[in-house]
Amino acid sequence: MTRSFLQLTIFCGMFLLMLSGKALAETPFPKIHEPEGEGVKCVQPEDEIRRNHMKYILHQRDKTVHEGIRTERYSLAKCIDCHVQPDENGKIVDHTSDEHFCNACHQYAAVQIDCFECHADRPQKFIKRSTDKQALNQQMQDMLAKKTSDGSNE
Amino acid sequence: MSDCVNNSRRDFISKVALAGTVTLAPGLLLHTAQAKPDDQAVSSKTRWGILIDTNKCGKGCTSCVDACNEEFALIGSMPNSADTQKTQYIRKVTLKEKTTGHEQSLPLLCQHCENPPCVDVCPTGASFKRADGIVLVDKHICIGCRYCMMACPYKARSFVHEEIVNQTLAAPRGKGTVESCTMCVHRVDKDRNPACVEACNADNHNAMIFGDMNDPESALSVELKNNGGKQIRADLGLNTGVRYQGI
Repeated sequence: MTRSFLQLTIFCGMFLLMLSGKALAETPFPKIHEPEGEGVKCVQPEDEIRRNHMKYILHQRDKTVHEGIRTERYSLAKCIDCHVQPDENGKIVDHTSDEHFCNACHQYAAVQIDCFECHADRPQKFIKRSTDKQALNQQMQDMLAKKTSDGSNE
Repeated sequence: MSDCVNNSRRDFISKVALAGTVTLAPGLLLHTAQAKPDDQAVSSKTRWGILIDTNKCGKGCTSCVDACNEEFALIGSMPNSADTQKTQYIRKVTLKEKTTGHEQSLPLLCQHCENPPCVDVCPTGASFKRADGIVLVDKHICIGCRYCMMACPYKARSFVHEEIVNQTLAAPRGKGTVESCTMCVHRVDKDRNPACVEACNADNHNAMIFGDMNDPESALSVELKNNGGKQIRADLGLNTGVRYQGI
């Protein structure tokens, strides 16, 4: 009897805590789009990859650049290929957007990512290149403006 | 990332090493260039090079330059920079002999030196030579000091002055780093020809041959052995990986 009462108290306490936490938090926990397809899994268990993805990518980076090892398993391009996909309306976002797979969590955790200063932030097939000076300038300005307003590049 | 350049010392050491190899296992030196598995590191058994026949290179033809610009998405990527500042991995150069008026046209790109001055001057180790002879910039480490640009006798390197958007997968490029011809390392690792060579052949000019300089049976080595190939500024002793015929 006492035990179940204790359990109930703890449960209620946790529930209240969660509620208050949710109400107080200014930034909602980001929604993460699961990669599509049945049985599709990340290259490592979720907990591991969430905590240590940067180590895997960093290791692979040096192997690729200096030794020409081009396995896909831990390559940034492969992460992007699976995780950055268009939404149901066919819209795909760039890395400055809150909805971008990487940026969603990185904004939440207030950790700046530098990868996309150079690397493609979308799978290759979704990158439309333009050589039009005005269009390019506009894109650059938009990106800079977003970065500045986020405070992520200052 | 050599601390000092002493070519005679390097030669001596490599000769000693070579003698040892021949004595111990002569079979080790016999190899042919084959497609490298993705998980295998590049090795110094291979040395990639390009041979350019300037007599076959079409005057006014810019196929190689266009292919390079396309491959690395260079065109229009720096809309606010002056033309002299814009990135060029490969450019066409016209040579004119003043006395005879004879004109030649040739593509000039990173010469992928065996003893690259850009690597010697780099303060961070960003500028490096891969085991298979391809000279690259590790942009993760590059601080954009541009010493390598000053050191390069071929004016092969460029600096990115502007934020870059919509990069291609093959060509991560970003503001504040130096870049140059990578001999299309992403293609070479997948056993394909560099974009410039492919474009030149596709146009039936066949002025460029890509291959392994260490493999005596490669088309490149055979052609070099039979008809020779000059280095530009051979006097600098850089032993370039890009050779020219007809100059």
